[in-house]
Amino acid sequence: MQTLSPERLKELELKANDVREGIIRSLVAAGSGHSAGSLDMADVFTALYGFLARNDAKNPEWPDRDRILLSCGHIAPVRYSVMANFGYFPVEELLTLRKFGTRLQGHPERVSLPAVETTSGPLGEGLAQGTGMALSAKMDNKDWRVYVVTSDAEHECGLHWEAAMTAGKFKLDNLMCIIDRNFIQIDGSTEDVMPLEPLADKYRAFNWEVFECDGNDMREFIETAERAKAFKGKPQVIIAHTVPGKGVSYMEGDYTWHGKPPTKDQGEKALAELEANRQRILANA
Amino acid sequence: MPSTDTKNAAATAMHLAEYLDAAALKQVPTRNGFGEGLIEAGNRNKNVLAICADLAESTRMEGFKNAHPDQYIEIGVAEQMLVAMAGGLASTGKIPWIASYAMFNPGRSWEQVRTIMALNETNVKIAGAHAGVSVGPDGATHQAIEDIAIMRVIPHMLVCVPCDSIQTKKATIALSEKFGPTYLRFAREKSAVITTDETPFEFGKAQIFRDGGDVAIVACGILVYNALVAADELAREDGIECRVVNNHTIKPMDEPAIVAAARDCGAVVTVEEHQVHAGMGSRVAEILAETHPVPMQFVGVHDRFGQSGDPSELIEYYGMGVSAIKEAVRKVHRRKAGA
Repeated sequence: MQTLSPERLKELELKANDVREGIIRSLVAAGSGHSAGSLDMADVFTALYGFLARNDAKNPEWPDRDRILLSCGHIAPVRYSVMANFGYFPVEELLTLRKFGTRLQGHPERVSLPAVETTSGPLGEGLAQGTGMALSAKMDNKDWRVYVVTSDAEHECGLHWEAAMTAGKFKLDNLMCIIDRNFIQIDGSTEDVMPLEPLADKYRAFNWEVFECDGNDMREFIETAERAKAFKGKPQVIIAHTVPGKGVSYMEGDYTWHGKPPTKDQGEKALAELEANRQRILANA
Repeated sequence: MPSTDTKNAAATAMHLAEYLDAAALKQVPTRNGFGEGLIEAGNRNKNVLAICADLAESTRMEGFKNAHPDQYIEIGVAEQMLVAMAGGLASTGKIPWIASYAMFNPGRSWEQVRTIMALNETNVKIAGAHAGVSVGPDGATHQAIEDIAIMRVIPHMLVCVPCDSIQTKKATIALSEKFGPTYLRFAREKSAVITTDETPFEFGKAQIFRDGGDVAIVACGILVYNALVAADELAREDGIECRVVNNHTIKPMDEPAIVAAARDCGAVVTVEEHQVHAGMGSRVAEILAETHPVPMQFVGVHDRFGQSGDPSELIEYYGMGVSAIKEAVRKVHRRKAGA
């Protein structure tokens, strides 16, 4: 288990702030896209690429890399921004999001950008593909792991639970599912649209080991993920409680920001808030 | 007699069995060929996997399970999972064959097939078992007669419908060694084994099983045998000489062979155990409409569902028997003559 020094933690928090700026800039440039979930998973994705997962921006198809899958492809802006900020491609390329000819398709396509691992967007399919990858690693006695980031609402899809059952059957302890538990979906609260609770109990019933934490607290998420990684004999799920729109005051907690981008003016306001946040992190020496 | 000569020349070149000798003709389900080919593919390459959705015996994956237990995965009744999980395995270099009844995979799993196999360009192989009305007593819920349509419309997809058990074995081995998302369609019931071990098979290359210059019958799957029998009877009864093309590769279709058949014969009948709308015959029509339009007739199911019954009586009832093919040939022959 790696230790998280105060310096490293601060570095990651600053990086997550950069990631949020990238999300805002790319969404404003695109004029369409999903804001709330992208912003609320900035900390989790920064932790994955910057601390938890074995990966190399200079060698994105390294066979022994850990696989990071984004199942809910609509929050692609956060993944793209994290990858750009960790050197997978130039940060300026984020401004091509959703534009003709871009590698940064509205929903991620592996053929355009191999490092995204899967083509995603149709919900409920990431864990199933991750299960296949994790099983392949087991079959070949490889030690790389699979991380699958999922939305809470895609737990309404049947295929996701087919995957959960299969991962439980094969005791895939090299597989981790991370749930963006922000309680929102297009038509409102998840608990109004289709109640998911008790979500932790559902996973336990499918033979998974369940962890919960604040998905917007870098230290708490990393420490929880490290404990989860060490668990043997079962796949692990982290229910990461997040605030939709995290980091931009006027979006936080508002489900109507699920599927729309900020305007140019709203984007300026968001970037000003993020700059203030950067100063706060720097001041907390 | 010229008819016998031309027929024999093509049949001899293709090393066909004596298919007109009903007593000597072997009857073997095409699914058996899949099972045998899969074992051989697994021998040749340890990355070949079989993933099963609770149908090991009837899809003929059971032999592979026994021969290659370390390459076999059972996931239960979960066809969407079958595709998605195979996509994950394929992304790491495995070559997964996934089998269920065609009605459930790709029938139930179509969006996963499109996104995870095709858009994502993964090397997943679907074995679509129990295709066609010849499934028999199970009835319409289990008789896939729309699967060619929904698969041939997907970019990158390779689609193959072999004509008998021996060819299904060869196709299984060949497709295991060809990169790309793949759909192999075969049937449940015993059917005539018209090819031999010596018959060539190349994915993408249609085969002339009988030659003739009056009408081309372009067929796929187990109905190739009916097409050959119909051609023989038409030669004897009507003096109509048919070319019979075994059009096993639906996508990418062998366009030169299709155009040559239309040019040489001037009339085409397509034969498939599938809806005539959007199936193999429709692809033939698309090709010919743009290159060499000729009168066409389509033998297949005409916008209806199947039902329970014996396989042979269902083939007859839905208009895919020898007599229906002969009727279609006569009709197209009259149209060609302008009658």
